[in-house]
Amino acid sequence: MDQFTLNLLFVGASFALYIGIAIWARAGSTSEFYAAGRGVHPVTNGMATAADWMSAASFISMAGLIAFTGYDNSTFLMGWTGGYVLLALLLAPYLRKFGKFTVSEFIGDRFYSPTARMVAVICLIVASLTYVIGQMTGVGVAFGRFLEISNTAGLLIGACVVFAYAVFGGMKGVTYTQVAQYVVLIMAYTIPAIFISLQLTGNPIPALGLFGDHVASGEPLLAKLDQIVRELGFNEYTAHHGDTFNMVLFTLSLMIGTAGLPHVIMRFFTVPRVADARWSAGWALVFIALLYLTAPAVGAMARLNITELMWPNGTDAQAVSVEQIDTDPKYDWMATWQKTGLLGWEDKNGDGRIQYYNDKNAEMQEKAAANGWEGNELTNFNRDILVLANPEIANLPGWVIGLVAAGGLAAALSTAAGLLLAISSAVSHDLIKGRFSPNISEKGELLSARIAMAAAIVVATYLGLNPPGFAAQTVALAFGLAAASIFPALMMGIFTKVNNKGAVAGMIAGLAVTLIYIFLHKGWFFIPDTNSFTDADPLLGTIKSTSFGAVGAMINFAVAFTVSKMTAPIPQEIEDLVESVRVPRGAAAAVDH
Amino acid sequence: MSDKEAAKAYWKTNVRIILWSLVIWALVSFGFGILLRPMLSGIAVGGTDLGFWFAQQGSILVFLALIFFYAWRMNKLDAEHGVGEE
Repeated sequence: MDQFTLNLLFVGASFALYIGIAIWARAGSTSEFYAAGRGVHPVTNGMATAADWMSAASFISMAGLIAFTGYDNSTFLMGWTGGYVLLALLLAPYLRKFGKFTVSEFIGDRFYSPTARMVAVICLIVASLTYVIGQMTGVGVAFGRFLEISNTAGLLIGACVVFAYAVFGGMKGVTYTQVAQYVVLIMAYTIPAIFISLQLTGNPIPALGLFGDHVASGEPLLAKLDQIVRELGFNEYTAHHGDTFNMVLFTLSLMIGTAGLPHVIMRFFTVPRVADARWSAGWALVFIALLYLTAPAVGAMARLNITELMWPNGTDAQAVSVEQIDTDPKYDWMATWQKTGLLGWEDKNGDGRIQYYNDKNAEMQEKAAANGWEGNELTNFNRDILVLANPEIANLPGWVIGLVAAGGLAAALSTAAGLLLAISSAVSHDLIKGRFSPNISEKGELLSARIAMAAAIVVATYLGLNPPGFAAQTVALAFGLAAASIFPALMMGIFTKVNNKGAVAGMIAGLAVTLIYIFLHKGWFFIPDTNSFTDADPLLGTIKSTSFGAVGAMINFAVAFTVSKMTAPIPQEIEDLVESVRVPRGAAAAVDH
Repeated sequence: MSDKEAAKAYWKTNVRIILWSLVIWALVSFGFGILLRPMLSGIAVGGTDLGFWFAQQGSILVFLALIFFYAWRMNKLDAEHGVGEE
């Protein structure tokens, strides 16, 4: 059986499973559609949250970004897990106690202001939509590879699949489907990593292998990797090169953003009790950590494998020949990935070999001149292909490759579905039912939710054709937006007595400043070439647009406190509401409507 | 003790637990993983140093421990102050 059929088989089987579960658990009432009737066990909920949370960015993109940058991109690892601590300690139990369906409902009630609710809805839609763009980028890569078509065609097909399945599900369908997706994606991520770790270090646990010895050379794996990339003029893998201040801000933005993303917070509305909300966050992180502890090993080991494939006889000897790439089965993956347009090489100096090195490095330029090299000849290596190509690069069996294709799609689909649900519930529940047409029937509400999903996916697909960065970078922007708008409002709602005007002013200031900062660097509305600055040379010091969320959050807090101080204090009944949210007792009586 | 005072004492203890947890949260990630890494560079861990390990593994493990500790501690606190569910 050839690889294409095998991929099709794995992807097809996993899809059949998800669709089967979605049909079995089809949502009937609105309560089931949004919150699965509040009957989900913490471990189940944790697993579903993990699938919902770990998107194309975590599965497809993150290890690639770590592989090609090294230590500096540890920010993704710490940021995307550290946010769960904030979520578990600062938000989840209280929002569950409050007992409504959506994040904006909490903000609207706590700040006794329909305006606050509308502003929250807008913040939520902007952040979620940016996030979906990142997912669509990943979907394009995954479908492009496994159907062996261009990235663009893959994206369009992927959009249709995401749409079909998010529209017919609902939260309950999504919850149980996501449990299945978690199982598929974690197997797809860890199995190849275990194989590769065994090959390179003899240790079956990738997280330990990363700090173990490289079998072939007898040196520690990371020391070997540092040496080999240094010899090609690249930055040392384990060393710190970037700006420390930006690194701290970026990590903080990802952490705050994690705790401010509506589709993750919504998860904690679906557990039966406040105590369960606390455990749920922990269980979610257990399941997430399985992937996040493996990811740095995947990155480092793939970088080593790729470099050794390009220099099969060592960096002092001759580079790999074009003939070998064309004929040796070990290099088949290069031809397959070339078809997606995400991998490219070119024998610039016509010596029949492909030299892969850092042509920006002065020392390497001298060496290149001496050897007659005319620039790096591995001209295009899209970071987003690394994880999907990894089993092929390591020459693993065909079924592993099929499994990884299914896993990548599971990651992208589950998150896209969760986000679309958050967007659609914001539009139908908060915007239409909450504001324009309070007497809308349940049926009408479900219909408008589905129309909103369709609209969101069209916009995301259009922007996904020209994404503002690799999947994980686009997603990082979404986190910045959530960090600057939603998180501060929720936190102030629980821990302080900030009033309605303060919260509204804070959210608007945080969102607007962050959005403008991002558009200035990434182009207005992400349209290419409309930017005035680049992240290589940002407007403010060393703060990149992806790191600005933490600054936006500070602005939000500062504006909210200032405005709140100058206006009337909160009324007694809101004071009572805050007091009641702070204690778990009485959570069973939470409103269910 | 009135209900109101009980709730106040409960909240005060909760905020203190949260603050201490967040100190540890920041120490392992921003501290050991980034800012204090140069100070930890003398401690070798498998071909690199302890700061690198904290940035890519250790901080995640500590986060996990923190969340479970908090859930356990708070559920105990709920019972002590009689503010738990049921």
